[in-house]
Amino acid sequence: MNPDLVGRAFEKTNSYLVGREKVREFSRAVLSSNPINLNVEAARAAGYDDLVAPPTFAIVVQELTLAQLLAEDDAGIELTHVVHGEQRFDYSRPIVAGDELSAQLTVTSVKALGGNAMVVAESVVTDAEGEHVVTAVSTLVVRGDA
Amino acid sequence: MSEQDHEVVHAYAVGDQVAAASYHLTRDSLVRYAGASGDFNAIHYRDDVAAEVGLPGVLAHGMLTMGLAVQPVIDWLGDPTLVDGYQVRFTRPVVVDPVAGADLTVTAKIGQIDEAAGTARIDLTTTVGDDTVLGKAQVRVRLP
Repeated sequence: MNPDLVGRAFEKTNSYLVGREKVREFSRAVLSSNPINLNVEAARAAGYDDLVAPPTFAIVVQELTLAQLLAEDDAGIELTHVVHGEQRFDYSRPIVAGDELSAQLTVTSVKALGGNAMVVAESVVTDAEGEHVVTAVSTLVVRGDA
Repeated sequence: MSEQDHEVVHAYAVGDQVAAASYHLTRDSLVRYAGASGDFNAIHYRDDVAAEVGLPGVLAHGMLTMGLAVQPVIDWLGDPTLVDGYQVRFTRPVVVDPVAGADLTVTAKIGQIDEAAGTARIDLTTTVGDDTVLGKAQVRVRLP
């Protein structure tokens, strides 16, 4: 693992348009039964413009930044060697269908742990107005040869 | 708000169990989650690939387990937008047998409560059989 990754500025991702059917599909996949995840009328009655995404939906947007990290030539991270160690989300507001979100990645820590490396990747997700929506933090354990 | 208002806001105390649920996961659940999330890592649907990288079998996506484990809390709150934060450690992989699947049990207890702010930390215990699969699983919520 390359310790120089810490503090590297990654480019903000292209905007991701949150689709209504994507929210519904994701909600079903995590077995949500909450009407505001599935039913537009219920979501509107609760004061939202469209379907509200479940809390872990932010991973779909964060994934775009993790792909940037894996694509860095000098990162030394291979997907088959990556294990998800920890995950955290801190929300300013829920994600709603129709949102145009982009995410910016910062690697906040790279630590050796036995023969492995622990990488902490923090992705800040903002909306079309540039307002904060959620910060998603992944700790990845990279099983190493080093 | 007066002191008296604080006392009557919530009837919860630290240690109270607020929700519990069980989920049966099958390989179908994993394929569905792969499509919905875009995580197509083959260890979540191919036995040969799982074996090749030294895993005990095809595993559920950690993010599927995380996504399921918060649902009982949301059902209790009645509103997913009351979740302000959520974190877990993936401490043990969830092996999903092609025939028997896997059974996940979640219990949710009040870990901390701030009556004045109307917020709480909910601690989740998520098990498969006798094994705990998530560590330090905490949901920060606003109480309804």
